[in-house]
Amino acid sequence: MARTRFAADTGLTTRMTTVIFLLGGLFVALVVGLMYAFPAYAWLIGIIGIGIAWWQWYSSDTVAMKAMRAREVSAHDAPELYGMIQRLCTLADMPMPRVGVADTDLPNAFATGRSPKRAVVVVTTGILRRLDAEELEGVLAHELSHVAHRDVLVMTVASTAGIIAGMAGRGAQYGMLFGGGDRRGRNNNNGIPIWLIVLVGSLIIYAVSFLLLRLLSRYRELAADRAGAQLTMKPRALASALQKITGEINKIPQQDLRGSQPMNAFFIAPAVSGVSLSTLTSTHPSLEQRLAQLARIEAELGRPNR
Amino acid sequence: MSFWTTLTGRSRPKQANLDALFAVPSAALTLQTALGFVPSGDGAVCYRAAAGAGFADAQQDLVALISEGDGAPKVTTETDGFGFTWLLVDNDPIDPQNPDLTALCTDLHAVNTTLEQDGYGPGLLCSVLPFADSAGRKVALVYLYKQGTFYPFAPTGPQTRDNLLEIQIRDALNGELPLEADLSRWLALWGAPGL
Repeated sequence: MARTRFAADTGLTTRMTTVIFLLGGLFVALVVGLMYAFPAYAWLIGIIGIGIAWWQWYSSDTVAMKAMRAREVSAHDAPELYGMIQRLCTLADMPMPRVGVADTDLPNAFATGRSPKRAVVVVTTGILRRLDAEELEGVLAHELSHVAHRDVLVMTVASTAGIIAGMAGRGAQYGMLFGGGDRRGRNNNNGIPIWLIVLVGSLIIYAVSFLLLRLLSRYRELAADRAGAQLTMKPRALASALQKITGEINKIPQQDLRGSQPMNAFFIAPAVSGVSLSTLTSTHPSLEQRLAQLARIEAELGRPNR
Repeated sequence: MSFWTTLTGRSRPKQANLDALFAVPSAALTLQTALGFVPSGDGAVCYRAAAGAGFADAQQDLVALISEGDGAPKVTTETDGFGFTWLLVDNDPIDPQNPDLTALCTDLHAVNTTLEQDGYGPGLLCSVLPFADSAGRKVALVYLYKQGTFYPFAPTGPQTRDNLLEIQIRDALNGELPLEADLSRWLALWGAPGL
């Protein structure tokens, strides 16, 4: 009977499920609120918001490749990188993604794309230069886990409520400028104009959704770390890669990093070091947290049989 | 992966499929009659070794298991550039008049089951069985554990392979073995042992 050495992390799963549930609740609250505030336009706001999210997801691979100025490489251009990814994909039984290399010295890697079949894994020349083969494999396995977990899709769906709330807030600002244009605003005898309620409501929903999204992103990173380490069976390699990458990123001046800020959620380690509130708003868990999890996996893997 | 495992990011390591290996002896006979390729009698298993005592014990167990007894093969291990371990089962050269791979397949199967029993089944990558013909051409039958399929690999130089020969072999073995339909899965195993 096949035995498994990988204990399910029920704690992480429970927390992740709770966050997803809260985000779903937020979305429902937003839709109900909008339908009450703008009965005529609610469906329009909803469709445009979902359309933006859909487009973000659908074109994620091409947009990300362009944003990072990455070029696609073939098995011929980068035989070692390609062979490494091909072996990992065979081991995990998943389709081979496209492979890209971005010409920047920032040591980083990301995976994106609308589905595992349309995925792209991009590494920067900086990471290729700094990591040895084993560490690079750990990073690639982490990125492939993002692909297997469909993180681009999950994060995009999760961010829909935030996008729609942002749009509703913007709409409410126009209402403020034009004196609460619709009839409901004028007929409100209590004195609080409807646009103000919408503005405050959408700001609250936007803020809550922002925090939940960041929380979800950190959980997804931990899940990808775990799946990646289980795939390579070398948690130590990923740990040393993370130490190298995060250590180096924090040393690089902030100024140069602004260019890649929008891509942060898809990177293996964030390119901007948080200052305050960092534990609440960062897209990635702390290095200590990630190393602690990897140490647990290594203990599971190395446990003696007798 | 199901909707729920995707949503919660809980992908499970894929377990190896060990069923198809015992179809090799009859496929080897077909390969010999159809294309003149004779098995070398050797075999290799490629897997990812985990750090720690658990794996070291498992590997020692299986080396002892195979190399014990009269006429048992010589077993060695080596690590390649991609960080995978190759376990080589080195038998005496096989008699072309009477090629029998049953014992070899039993040995390879023992490697797989031992690793699987100790919980290292997800680390199995592939198994390689080399063949050669009288013209000196070499080809390997590679078994992919996760896909449960075979493919031929015919290197002609350090970084070149004979795709036409590989397709001939695939067509010859069609129906005898489950063959990998996705050609992008036909991993190039440069410098694989026995080739």
